[in-house]
Amino acid sequence: MEPGAAPQPNSTVLDSKVPDGPIADLWENHKFSMNLVNPSNKRKFEVIVVGTGLAGASAAATLGELGYRVKAFTFHDSPRRAHSIAAQGGINAAKNYPNDGDSVHRLFYDTVKGGDYRSREANVHRLAEVSVNIIDQATAQGVPFARDYGGLLDNRSFGGAQVSRTFYARGQTGQQLLLGAYSALMRQVAAGTVELHNRSELLDVVLKDGRACGIVTRDLVSGEVTPHSAHAVVLATGGYGNVYFLSTNAMMCNVTAAWRAHRRGALFANPCYTQIHPTCIPASDDFQSKLTLMSESLRNDGRIWVPSGAGDARSAADIPEAERDYYLERKYPAFGNLVPRDVASRNAKTVVDAGHGVGPLNNGVFLDFAVAIERDGHDAIAARYGNLFDMYQRITGENPYTSPMRIYPASHYTMGGLWVDYHLMTNVPGLYAVGEANFSDHGANRLGASALMQGLADGYFVLPYTIGDDLAGLLGDPVVPTNDPVFTAAVAGVEDETSRWLSTNGSRSVDHFHRELGRIVWDNIGMARTETGLRSALSDIPALRDEFHNDVRVLGSADTLNQSLEKAGRVADFFDLAELMARDALEREESCGGHFREEHQTAEGEAQRDDDNFSHVAAWEWNGSDTPQTRHIEELTFDNVALSQRSYK
Amino acid sequence: MSDIISVTVKVWRQDGPDSSGGFETHPQQISTDASFLEMLDLLNEQLNDRGEEPIVFESDCREGICGTCGVMINGRAHGPQKATATCQLHMREFADGDEIVIEPFRAAGFPVIRDLAVDRSPLDHIIESGGYISVGSGAAPDANLTPVPRDAAEQAFDAAACIGCGACVAACPNSAAQLFTSAKVGHMALLPQGQPERWSRTESMVEVMESYFGSCTNHGECHEACPKEISLDFIAYLNRDYVKAKVKNRALSGQR
Repeated sequence: MEPGAAPQPNSTVLDSKVPDGPIADLWENHKFSMNLVNPSNKRKFEVIVVGTGLAGASAAATLGELGYRVKAFTFHDSPRRAHSIAAQGGINAAKNYPNDGDSVHRLFYDTVKGGDYRSREANVHRLAEVSVNIIDQATAQGVPFARDYGGLLDNRSFGGAQVSRTFYARGQTGQQLLLGAYSALMRQVAAGTVELHNRSELLDVVLKDGRACGIVTRDLVSGEVTPHSAHAVVLATGGYGNVYFLSTNAMMCNVTAAWRAHRRGALFANPCYTQIHPTCIPASDDFQSKLTLMSESLRNDGRIWVPSGAGDARSAADIPEAERDYYLERKYPAFGNLVPRDVASRNAKTVVDAGHGVGPLNNGVFLDFAVAIERDGHDAIAARYGNLFDMYQRITGENPYTSPMRIYPASHYTMGGLWVDYHLMTNVPGLYAVGEANFSDHGANRLGASALMQGLADGYFVLPYTIGDDLAGLLGDPVVPTNDPVFTAAVAGVEDETSRWLSTNGSRSVDHFHRELGRIVWDNIGMARTETGLRSALSDIPALRDEFHNDVRVLGSADTLNQSLEKAGRVADFFDLAELMARDALEREESCGGHFREEHQTAEGEAQRDDDNFSHVAAWEWNGSDTPQTRHIEELTFDNVALSQRSYK
Repeated sequence: MSDIISVTVKVWRQDGPDSSGGFETHPQQISTDASFLEMLDLLNEQLNDRGEEPIVFESDCREGICGTCGVMINGRAHGPQKATATCQLHMREFADGDEIVIEPFRAAGFPVIRDLAVDRSPLDHIIESGGYISVGSGAAPDANLTPVPRDAAEQAFDAAACIGCGACVAACPNSAAQLFTSAKVGHMALLPQGQPERWSRTESMVEVMESYFGSCTNHGECHEACPKEISLDFIAYLNRDYVKAKVKNRALSGQR
């Protein structure tokens, strides 16, 4: 066991610590029963928040406002760069402003159903409850949401819902919400409650007597490795979609913070639940560095189709209406082009695999706005989607006003992540995970416009309450000093790792190995998985990992800005994660949401769950580099939503 | 349709803030479908294979929204295409045989960290000095309590679209940050929620801005370089509000 590692849980069934009671009152009652830290005592507690996206910035700002002493860390040059900024479409909230039948219960119900009944009911209900507060908060911060002519907030519909509950700010909702949270954070920096550390990357989580007591960071400019102590550590470090190499995630998104916590004892839950977003621009070449998302909101007005005949190479304009297959409208008349993301993605794969793909590489499907432009006019469509159309044209050189877009699914979001209880605390006391970094609210599939909701719910309205319950018991306890052996050992470990990369002296770049790993993961743990594919991934990934560790070439030194060095550690963690994804996918002998095992499908090709055997969370425990992880479970019970085969027909 | 073009890349290399730098020249064959940064990715791959340290340049989202990227391309911040951040520029904007000169953003307020990476943290300090509306989590009234005229919300958005890349500063002959600052001031001053702190915000943000950056002389280069085409009108708006603020901040609070 490494120094300071957490005691391993003896039980294989995890306790989510969800309180008893009727679900509608659970959170309200629980807020009353939790311990409080009185206002003048809050300054006695230090809290580390890692990551400054929606979840991290909102958590750090709110904790600072409450009076805690917060240290916020980001590896970006500014907190405002976090990848939340790229979210386009919107944020859900059960405001029911359009008077179309929405309610907290309906948002809760849609989210549980959309997640294919693999999320924790109590967490989702709480999320739906606080969703309304988020819109109020953001509006008060000056987030310029879309408004109608009366000056009130406008809504639109999104995949997986039959009400309009999505608030939006043109196609830049994530940007505007993040700038709101960032401004709240900077206000606390100015007030002195938050100490901000830019360009600092977490490379280890430190435990003492089983409790999280701090982190070790590397300053990306000077290379300095520094220990930081606190009473609690909050990870808000995002998802791991870049394990596929090509994804809609930003270039620097990685799993390292969550993974290093996992290696220190935090359980990693449902790693195989990854979301493949249906509307991305298809890859055009081998050197492609990332894929670009076209907001799902485009499906409100765009119609998805492929040529009815396989191998039809005519341009879209030359294909008559009768020879087009609007396959989503045909198969799902009720939801049509607005089926949830997993359904839309898999159907695109099915038609492309069957030879109906369009574009130079036959790797896309059409998203066609001709009908919408004829119905609403060019200007109305430009007002709704102008920036997306411009972006598409810049990237592809094609004009979507005159010819349909080409789209194809790409890795976008990861529902899996660090296991957390109802308080958003991992199984390691004092260590929390919020936002995409945790596993909690989206089950096996996230609905559109729900990621922004969850990140901000966790940061503004959940964690600030729950963290006090734990901290209250520590009143009077000092933080562990950073010269404690647990810190010095962790710092030495990080420095060793750094010098190991620089001295490997192999022949290939980090990116080369990342790209190769991505191919294995995409081919075998992507949109559709099979036992054969997963088994081959389980032999290919370790083989490539060995090659990576022996043959990677990282030039330069440790005491300067060295981007290859940064990437080496991140890609090493992706290798370990990829292997766990394959194992998790192999052991989950069912299909659910984003996890589609070809062996388990209905006669109509839909995901076939096995509720008797797999209505649970799989949370994996690290046992050291050479021993496979142990699979623990948390049973999921559904008292408020009846389990059914999802149908969007 | 994609073509392969040959270009000559002249790129600035500099080990650190205090070292002297210089240009390196690399011939590149590249598909016109590649993005500009993918061209640099490929060049870095080649350098690494040859045992030379890759060129440090920053980018993250590669969708033109995070504001991390940004270099001078042939003397222009973010390069030749209007309303386009460096990461969204594609090689189809260049012709076979072109020489492409790549330098870091040049401004005294943005010291070079290494190669093409610069330190833009003064922009954060400007925001820290007042670029927010003071509303604690949980203190907000219902979002529809205060209607905001649609045009005001739209104009506020036009300002709020700023991605904080710093191209405005790099393009300005005076290295002024007026466009950045005015975008944030304008965003908040146009909304009812931004009114209570309007005058103190304007004055303190301008003061912090001036401690790092040069003065605006209305050249307009900032707007030309801005990937989000933030309007120069916001600078006029900022100037007007600044003058007003100087008076209002002295007045008795009841007379504001």
